[in-house]
Amino acid sequence: MEVALNWYLVLSGVLFAIGVAGVLFRSNVIVILMSVELMLNAVNLTLVAVSQSLGDISGQVLVFFVMAVAAAEAAVGLAIVIAIFRNKLTINISKIRLFRY
Amino acid sequence: MVATSLFLFFAIIAIIAGLGMLISRNPVTSALWLILAMCSIAGLYMTMNAAFIAVIQVLVYAGAIMVLFLFVIMLLNLSVRQKETRIGWNHVLGFVLGVVLLVQLVYVSASGPGEPSEIASMGSATAIARELFTRYALPFEIIGLLLLVATIGAVMLAQRKFK
Repeated sequence: MEVALNWYLVLSGVLFAIGVAGVLFRSNVIVILMSVELMLNAVNLTLVAVSQSLGDISGQVLVFFVMAVAAAEAAVGLAIVIAIFRNKLTINISKIRLFRY
Repeated sequence: MVATSLFLFFAIIAIIAGLGMLISRNPVTSALWLILAMCSIAGLYMTMNAAFIAVIQVLVYAGAIMVLFLFVIMLLNLSVRQKETRIGWNHVLGFVLGVVLLVQLVYVSASGPGEPSEIASMGSATAIARELFTRYALPFEIIGLLLLVATIGAVMLAQRKFK
């Protein structure tokens, strides 16, 4: 790794902040799920950078597990979105109030 | 020098693609921007010699997960979001929180040691598989079970009507 570790960490922080902003700003549930995926990617970038910097391969095994969990999360999350859309005909996060009544 | 310029190239593309996902109004456009971001993150893995993770990134994220997102977007047949003219207090609060988080993360991660490290040339499929099938064999099996449960759960949720 010829680039300093800090640069990767800063880039990962920027990507994570973009993901947080997507979760906070957007009202579309699918875009919110995509922002969560971007945050997971930022964390994966940190894990790989630190793993390569320390010379420990376990970080990349953890990235492998994070990807599997992210795939499961995306599948279940999108299934929930489809189920809610069938009932409510909307995916606007401020119009979905299933827990309210 | 080549590694630095490659890093800057992929990093700038990743940030631009992330911002494009954030501000585009059409969900399909958002998904396409995110695919670009994930491909450039795969390029960043390649600059770190993590070849296996880079390939898995393209296959799983840019391939499988984003195709799933695009399928759902097209299945729901959504209309393009109307332009929001009014800016509520939650937008201001979200912006402030995001900026605070960004400043914290950049401050913490920029204050570490800054010299390039020497260790490289690991992260091949062989090295990862050796760890994955010996030391992490049980978590590997459990993750397979998790994927099975997620598949069953997704099918059950998507086909049943719930009140």
